[in-house]
Amino acid sequence: MKLTRKPSVKAPMGISRLKNLAILSALVYAGCSESTDTKKDANDGKMRGEYTANLTFAPQVPKGGYYNYPEKVIINLEVIEKTMRLADGVDYTFWTFGGKVPGKFIRINEGDEVEFHLSNHPDNKMPHNIDLHAVTGPGGGAAASLTAPGHTSTFSFKALNPGLYVYHCATAPVGMHIANGMYGLILVEPTGGLPKVDKEFYIMQGDFYTKGKFGEAGLQPFDMDKALKEEPDYVLFNGSVGANTGDNALQVKVGETVRLYVGNGGPNLVSSFHVIGEIFDNVYVEGGNLINHNVQTTLIPAGGTAIVEFKCEVPGVLNIVDHSIFRTFNKGALAQIKVSGDKNDLIYSGKQSDVVYQPEGGAVQHIASTEKIPDVVVNRTKQERIQMGENLFYSNCASCHMKDGKGLPGAFPPLAGSDYLKNRKDKGIEIPLKGLSGIVKVNGKEYNGVMPQIQLTDDEIANILTYIHNKWGNSGAEVTSSEVGKYRNGK
Amino acid sequence: MILQALLFISLLLLPFQVSEKVAIVNSTKNNIDKMVLLPEGKFIPFNLKPQQKFVLIKPFYLDIYAVTNSEFLTFVKANPQWRKSKISKLYCDQNYLKHWKSDLAFGKDSLQLLNSPVTNISWFAANAYCKWKGKRLPTTNEWEYAASADIANRKKNNTISILQIILEWYDKPNPLLTPPIGSTFKNKFGLYDMHGLIWEWVYDFNNYVTGGDSRSNSQVERDLYCGAAAANSSTNKSDYAAFMRYGFRGSLKASYTVSNLGFRCALDK
Repeated sequence: MKLTRKPSVKAPMGISRLKNLAILSALVYAGCSESTDTKKDANDGKMRGEYTANLTFAPQVPKGGYYNYPEKVIINLEVIEKTMRLADGVDYTFWTFGGKVPGKFIRINEGDEVEFHLSNHPDNKMPHNIDLHAVTGPGGGAAASLTAPGHTSTFSFKALNPGLYVYHCATAPVGMHIANGMYGLILVEPTGGLPKVDKEFYIMQGDFYTKGKFGEAGLQPFDMDKALKEEPDYVLFNGSVGANTGDNALQVKVGETVRLYVGNGGPNLVSSFHVIGEIFDNVYVEGGNLINHNVQTTLIPAGGTAIVEFKCEVPGVLNIVDHSIFRTFNKGALAQIKVSGDKNDLIYSGKQSDVVYQPEGGAVQHIASTEKIPDVVVNRTKQERIQMGENLFYSNCASCHMKDGKGLPGAFPPLAGSDYLKNRKDKGIEIPLKGLSGIVKVNGKEYNGVMPQIQLTDDEIANILTYIHNKWGNSGAEVTSSEVGKYRNGK
Repeated sequence: MILQALLFISLLLLPFQVSEKVAIVNSTKNNIDKMVLLPEGKFIPFNLKPQQKFVLIKPFYLDIYAVTNSEFLTFVKANPQWRKSKISKLYCDQNYLKHWKSDLAFGKDSLQLLNSPVTNISWFAANAYCKWKGKRLPTTNEWEYAASADIANRKKNNTISILQIILEWYDKPNPLLTPPIGSTFKNKFGLYDMHGLIWEWVYDFNNYVTGGDSRSNSQVERDLYCGAAAANSSTNKSDYAAFMRYGFRGSLKASYTVSNLGFRCALDK
């Protein structure tokens, strides 16, 4: 961490010596707190002060209050077993540190002496303990903190190393306790503190294993078999689908510097952490002292962390994903940052034009050229179209719009019950035919993405659209291949 | 009506309060009422020692149901030193019988509590009750052996494993009031609610799990962590429902009380 700042004084002609000295000494004092030279004297190991730490839920991070001397910190953390929302219509019995997943964020300083109180709520069924990766000692505290429901265990440790660390429950069976959400982060700030940024956020990834498939409704029990096979149904940021998307997105203004404290509770998967539309200026690799720069995607091991920093230059929505990408599209690994403020066309212009592309050059060439296989106008019954359309939908559309037509909040609009689709005069034909970009409003929510042109025959497009119109309570309209052909040839 | 019923029950039990010794001699016949005799069996606990192939369980009697609040009430009526206000601090913690309104009354949830298992009692209290009845607490191996039996009268198309049933109970949050005895299932030994209702005290609960960290190096923890017992053992490595019971027992001390921890008594044949 760059902390040295040499004080400098310019002495214009005519200023008195005394004033010089005064300015010089004032600046030396001001520079002191951030100079590494003073680290040795201030951190003389003498404990000063005692306070109870303020812990926060994700995505909030407690304010840093760093001092140059170690303090006694009292941490009170309560384990609560609670049934909560995992996804829309899906509930799960989570085991939590503090009442939510991930557990509360703990922020202390290098050299602090912590008195840790772990309470197990009397209504809980299971015993629990805690292993903090910031602790040097047996089990990271687990050996000393096994607590039956209705009891509190206390143990103490000294934070010898700075860094961002995971904490989690380590009661048998450990994998199950972690899989049920028992993890969180503890930040041990280096002496002098981390450099200031405008916004700090807390994000923690975890994989979840349920008896039912992704999205299957009801109270889902934990599935040990899937956990052993490492085949999760949900991969999530901050404990539930959509925890920080849409209205719950993280808010940042153009020009602000952002620091994300990112953890990966696992229990199994390693994360390919990436923010779409941003490059990490700094990555504190694995939450330690090593800083990498200009990184697009950083690996976060299970039971590990990373700190990433970047500056938001243009407005828009930044999608935070696990770039092992099916986890984002099909298992819920998505969070968002909404950047608001003035545009900067130089850095990012948005789409500037969209014209017809003629690979053969400017000569007169019609799209219906002889080289292309002529589109046969196929007459089919509505039922045939729906049946054939279903398979085509699954292979061409479902990866974004999802098999249930519900899309992905903040990214891909729903087709099920879509008012936008209903109101289109062309029954939606031009959308797969020509692609669609820019802001659209569907069922009250705005989407700003790019849907590419779909390379299929008129018949295939007609079948897909007929299927969509006849599913999920949509209008029931039929689209024929000749209708598609008309639009393709520029009706 | 309830008071009269309780009075009647406590009157019935009066002769057994005279002395422990007398109780055993006089009441063996009545004692095994509401108990089943478990046959001798070879049992493989999941934490088998390397030289063993199995543990031999000698025949013993075990209560069909866990001890209820009303049964425990008759005990404290006869033994004032075990009442909430009088019990020595050595034998309990602050939550002893916290779900009872007072020494001898349950309070507003009386009706539901009558027949539900007594909880919030320490090992000392459970042990004293069993002794008073001329019985004893079962050992861990006896209890696990009794609990290993499958559901009785299982319907043909019901293929869910008992392990899955247990895990789903572990996963559900605690209900506000413990449901009554008999509300889960009967197993092939004729015992009710060995899983799915409460955790249960055993005589030697602190013999097996020594460390608070389930990954440390002692014998049992190695088994818990790696799931690997000795080469000869045929223990079920994925029996993590058992892991959780041993883990739970390891977090207890004899004076602890927990709101979902009760007990039942055993008797030598």
